[in-house]
Amino acid sequence: MSGNVIEAQNLTKRYNGTTVVNGISFSVAQGEIFGLLGPNGAGKTTTILMMLGLTEISDGQIRVLGHDPVREPLAVKRRVGYLPDAVGFYDNLSAAENLRYTARLMGLDRKEREERIHTSLGHVGLLDVTDKRVATFSRGMRQRLGLAEILMKEAQIAILDEPTSGLDPQATHELLAIIRGLKQVGVSVLLSSHLLDRVQSVCDRVALFNRGNIALIGTVPELGREVLGGGFRVEVEAEGQGLAERLAAVPGVQQVEPVGPGRWRLTSDHDVRPEAAAAVVGGGGRLLRLSVEEPSLEAIYTRYFQTHEGERHAA
Amino acid sequence: MQREGSALHGFGVVTLKEIADHFSSILVVVLIGLVTASAIVVVSLGIAPIKESTAEDPFLFLRLFTRSTPLPLVGLLSFLVPLVAIGLGFDAVNGEHNRRTLSRILSQPIYRDALLFGKFAGGLFTLAVALIVLWLLVIGLGLMGLGIPPNAEEMARALVMLLVTIIYAGFWFALALLCSVVFRSAATAALVALGLWLFVTILWPLFSPALANAVTNAGDILGVLETQQAFARLSPSVLFNEVVAVVLDPSVRSTQQSMLAGLGLMLLERGAIPDAPISLLQSVLVVWPQIVGLAAGAILLFVAGYIVFQRQEVRA
Repeated sequence: MSGNVIEAQNLTKRYNGTTVVNGISFSVAQGEIFGLLGPNGAGKTTTILMMLGLTEISDGQIRVLGHDPVREPLAVKRRVGYLPDAVGFYDNLSAAENLRYTARLMGLDRKEREERIHTSLGHVGLLDVTDKRVATFSRGMRQRLGLAEILMKEAQIAILDEPTSGLDPQATHELLAIIRGLKQVGVSVLLSSHLLDRVQSVCDRVALFNRGNIALIGTVPELGREVLGGGFRVEVEAEGQGLAERLAAVPGVQQVEPVGPGRWRLTSDHDVRPEAAAAVVGGGGRLLRLSVEEPSLEAIYTRYFQTHEGERHAA
Repeated sequence: MQREGSALHGFGVVTLKEIADHFSSILVVVLIGLVTASAIVVVSLGIAPIKESTAEDPFLFLRLFTRSTPLPLVGLLSFLVPLVAIGLGFDAVNGEHNRRTLSRILSQPIYRDALLFGKFAGGLFTLAVALIVLWLLVIGLGLMGLGIPPNAEEMARALVMLLVTIIYAGFWFALALLCSVVFRSAATAALVALGLWLFVTILWPLFSPALANAVTNAGDILGVLETQQAFARLSPSVLFNEVVAVVLDPSVRSTQQSMLAGLGLMLLERGAIPDAPISLLQSVLVVWPQIVGLAAGAILLFVAGYIVFQRQEVRA
């Protein structure tokens, strides 16, 4: 057992001659939060639908918990919870009635059904609106109800398509907290998004989609090094004599760049904060501030697409 | 490739949900109420003239369904049942798309088959309940108004009529369901289904004589009439009317009878006693092709909807 819950190999989807997903391969490990990132129309939703057996696969193969979603869709759908982009519920039914319907479709018996509905609604903080009609719910509440459905299903994998799009910051924050909670109970999460800073805070690994291809895959720092180059940027604010030279002498530092009076930016191949601190203090200086600039997904994303747009125009 | 698990897993759940939805839908309640109210009016108005002919008519009870004041109950049903069926079915599938519930429901461990079968069964059940209630109301009104109970033969014929009406409703419901699968907008689906309904129930019977004249030799009167009838039978409401005309009147022995009567001719059969009633089985045999035609049409429409739905993309 490889410990991977999702494994895709050379997955391809063509609609009437246009290739929407072009031979992508990736895997999601047990208990991991994996992000599919990319602009709208890059093939994220299509990839998700292929995982659930909701759309046919043109080429390649995918295994979800060891099952083939084309041949054994029920086995896959029993174990995987799906929150579609802008999820919809039956407006004329209450939150509990909506969940009751899907619980029946899952084949849960009455006692288990009511228990699970109660716990899952409690988990997402919707217990006080259990018997309110969904028509009165805000978008954030609907998304949370969708997560409650996944919790109720006791799914091993949660697939969330654009879970935070269209939500206000507070609702986003609450939703991400619930998603982290999913990970804590051992659920693997695959989520797609174009909202990068949000995703960065929850994802263990990400795959960057571009026109049906996976351009990059890995942890955010890994991608940062690959795309932005030059590895780490450490900012030092200190008072003292000859600090620039001392900092430049720290092993691993490639460049020292003054950014203001008593402030330098170091470019290095690894995190040199401890060494830099030692260098400043050792030289009799007073260290005021030391920070490492995390590579932001936004910067990676923008840089990546800028360079690749450029290449394409040049070609 | 063998599919794992039953295609009908979840079918019962969907059916119950659909029935609950229909009976709590204002549109459906209004439509069914409208049909039931007009049926009660028509039958109540018909009771007085029927009473006058009590003595000579052996099938008095069946006249409740066919006596024209101002139009017969079966005529009313052939016109209004499609409206109710379309009202139930026009947003069955595209409604799930537009509410964005379809992909969420299909990500549960069920096949698409269960969803579509459940929707059809739920709609048909609702229609059947409405029609049975209406039928019982008519029988009850007849008992009270006429003061004589129907005999077994009359009850059997009325029951066959009820069954055929349910099949007829199923045909229109299957058409509405097909429209709801094909058209993503519920308004388009409703207008297309209603347009087809108006066309086949009102315009087509008017067009078919002209069409028949155009394609057959004008001198051959019987030929023209037969072609005309063949064309008219493409309309399900014509089929329905032919079936109930024969089933509810034991003296009618052929579907050509009314057509020939229009020309002042009698249908002559060797050894037949004019106007002698025929048995229920004989009546059903006369219109068996029409009944099968209606049922086959309903099944064909459903299958078409099923195929389109299976191949449809889930995403909006």
